[in-house]
Amino acid sequence: MYSALVFLLVFTGGFSVMSIEVLAGRVLAPYFGGSVYVWGSVITIFMLALSIGYLLGGRLSLRAPSLARLGAIFLVCAASVVPLLFAAEPFMEWVFLRIDDPRYGSLLASTALFFLPTLLMGIISPYAVRLLVRDPHTSGETAGFLYFVSTAGSALGVLLTSFYFVLWWEVSQVLLGLGLALAACGVLALAWRGAREAA
Amino acid sequence: VRPLALLLVLSLALPAAADSPRIVFTKRSLYRNILVTEEDDRFCLSFRLRSGAINALQSCMEKADHDRLVFEYSRAVMAGLLITPRPERMLVLGLGGGSIPRVLRALHPKADIDVVEIDPAVVQVAEQWFDFRAGGKLRVHVKDARQFVKQAVVFGQRWDLVILDAFNGDYIPEHLMTREFLAEVRSVLVPDGTLVANTFSSSALYDSESATYAAVFGGFVNLKRDDGNRIIVARNGAPPTIAQLQAGVAGLQPRLARFGVDYAAVLADARPKPDWKAKARLLTDEWNPANVLRGR
Repeated sequence: MYSALVFLLVFTGGFSVMSIEVLAGRVLAPYFGGSVYVWGSVITIFMLALSIGYLLGGRLSLRAPSLARLGAIFLVCAASVVPLLFAAEPFMEWVFLRIDDPRYGSLLASTALFFLPTLLMGIISPYAVRLLVRDPHTSGETAGFLYFVSTAGSALGVLLTSFYFVLWWEVSQVLLGLGLALAACGVLALAWRGAREAA
Repeated sequence: VRPLALLLVLSLALPAAADSPRIVFTKRSLYRNILVTEEDDRFCLSFRLRSGAINALQSCMEKADHDRLVFEYSRAVMAGLLITPRPERMLVLGLGGGSIPRVLRALHPKADIDVVEIDPAVVQVAEQWFDFRAGGKLRVHVKDARQFVKQAVVFGQRWDLVILDAFNGDYIPEHLMTREFLAEVRSVLVPDGTLVANTFSSSALYDSESATYAAVFGGFVNLKRDDGNRIIVARNGAPPTIAQLQAGVAGLQPRLARFGVDYAAVLADARPKPDWKAKARLLTDEWNPANVLRGR
């Protein structure tokens, strides 16, 4: 059960990060268009933020790793989605009025809007590896399966978002849903510890 | 939304009479494959090659008469001039082979014409193969149309006539279909300035798109054709009527004839009544699955 919960968390994290990446193009298009530069900016920022998130997740896992702390990370991830709902428009307007070049305008906007949430979601996978590894001999297998779950979540996140979510809901409704899913994961992880201690 | 089907049918039906198109130039750009094909009397621009067939002709130019508008849709675009006969500033969103800006410049050599095209390779091909020459009062801006228009709103730029010709059948730039974008376009029009949009005449997209234009402009003249193209004529002010367009024909027809425009044929496609679902959901920046609706 413990492992299943960790996998659920990792799956949701992988799903959310790529769902948000798909939506990032939609969020930026009204201001910076749909040129190749805009997608270049989005992908650059997501990759860079994830790489730093991995680094940070590994470091965080060194000190008293626990499912509860992973739950707290999810709550922070959920909180980091909130500015996308309220601050995206005014911020893009601000950038738009100051930077004429579509490359640097969209790069700055995607940095400000998406760097932090993506970085936080990058923390999840390496941290979860630490929670699941029991034996150095099987650590590679554990990490491999975990990346499988996370990346399969990402694939599904891209597919569902680009094929269906944008048809069923508005962009900000999807973002809100992802934030709520991340928060629910956080609460679940924290509650798990509570349940264990009570038993 | 180019009349490809008709051309294909013709070329199949008359194999001996017409040479099949010959590819004379290809260029791979950031956004698409650009093809130039040669038929016996014309050069054509198209954007993709799939399994030997040439898809979605964008623009054609007759070798003997560069100014003649080959496609019916491009002649229908000239309907905008019927209610804005003396534009001093014009904005064309989407270059293609450059046939529309060329005609506008020939008609109004002293007017300012801004052309916005996202793909620098399309501009090069238009110059190399389609006798398109920027310069003087005709300026080309290599930029996303949404960004260009939004900046124009900020700078307070205004045009008498805006032509939106940025859609082809393969993939629709969805951010150029929303209520917010159309409101931006409306605000770069002078009072009573005219918007002409070359858009879609079929699929679930037709309902949502029509409802969105109607919501922003209060109504429009709907020149709906059976070949997949539909021309919208809207105005920043009271919506134009078919009668107003017809009233402009007598004055303009003589000057447009040499470009192949027959206004009687163009206006024969005008639909007197709205024929879309009035309650169709509007396309917005938050909800615009235009490419999915297109397939329905």
